[in-house]
Amino acid sequence: MVRPRQTISDDDFELVERARGGEEAAFATLVGRHHSTLLRTARAFVRDPAAAEDVAQDTWLAVVRGLDRFEGRARFKTWLLHILANRARTRGVRDARMLPVDMSVDDYATSAIADRFDARGRWAQPPVAWQDAETALGDRQLVAHLERAIAELPANQRLVVTLRDVEGLESDEVCNLLGITETNQRVLLHRARTRLRAALAAQLGSTP
Amino acid sequence: MMTCAQLTELVTEYLEGRLGLGQRLAFQMHVGMCRNCRMYLKQVRQTVRLTGKLPEEPIPAAVKTELLERFRNWHGGDAPADDDQQRREKQ
Repeated sequence: MVRPRQTISDDDFELVERARGGEEAAFATLVGRHHSTLLRTARAFVRDPAAAEDVAQDTWLAVVRGLDRFEGRARFKTWLLHILANRARTRGVRDARMLPVDMSVDDYATSAIADRFDARGRWAQPPVAWQDAETALGDRQLVAHLERAIAELPANQRLVVTLRDVEGLESDEVCNLLGITETNQRVLLHRARTRLRAALAAQLGSTP
Repeated sequence: MMTCAQLTELVTEYLEGRLGLGQRLAFQMHVGMCRNCRMYLKQVRQTVRLTGKLPEEPIPAAVKTELLERFRNWHGGDAPADDDQQRREKQ
């Protein structure tokens, strides 16, 4: 049987091929590499942590059954996330713990930092310099603080910023996965980043 | 002239390369002249970078063991369609 050639360079592709052949170690490597992504994304889809674990595990079981259907036209990670999104949506329908995320954008929301400016749009409370943020990430407290700030975002913002900034997907991948327009994706990303910056400022600067 | 408030609302469009030429120039000119907005832009960039460096969550050993077991079972038979079929084949 001739398989379609890989069109996107992807380290995972070879592992998938080996897993198809029944090589357990290859599957184990894929699981080790991507479970964190699945878990974090599942948590963005469904707030209940136990339900999110279920969705992440379900996704792997669907992968085991569907490995032959992976054709290498997209990155393996993207393929995984599509399966995850479908699982989360399907379960959301019949499981009250997993209501589907409302991806609509409220056009009239005011900026999270609107009160920092005077009537003429100039900084009334300008940003304060941060202590060294890069080394601060070694600080577990800051990591926990940032994770909490992400968890507290509205669900649609949390989903977009998790996929874009935590997991590093491209904007077209995210639009595709969530079925939203490029503009809405950008608005949600913008609002999420604005809030996360303010959350970090509360920790790293003397005022937000 | 772009205000500071307007600039902060355009930061993501700027970083995503979605601003038109005129707005991009106005944005860059403002940032060049305004220390506060320069700081703000820098902090948004740092926020994106820090968010992308959050530590991975390790898979619990029990979950991994179970997944590998399911993988083994699935690959044990001659490509059974699902778990039920596999169970029937074992009988």
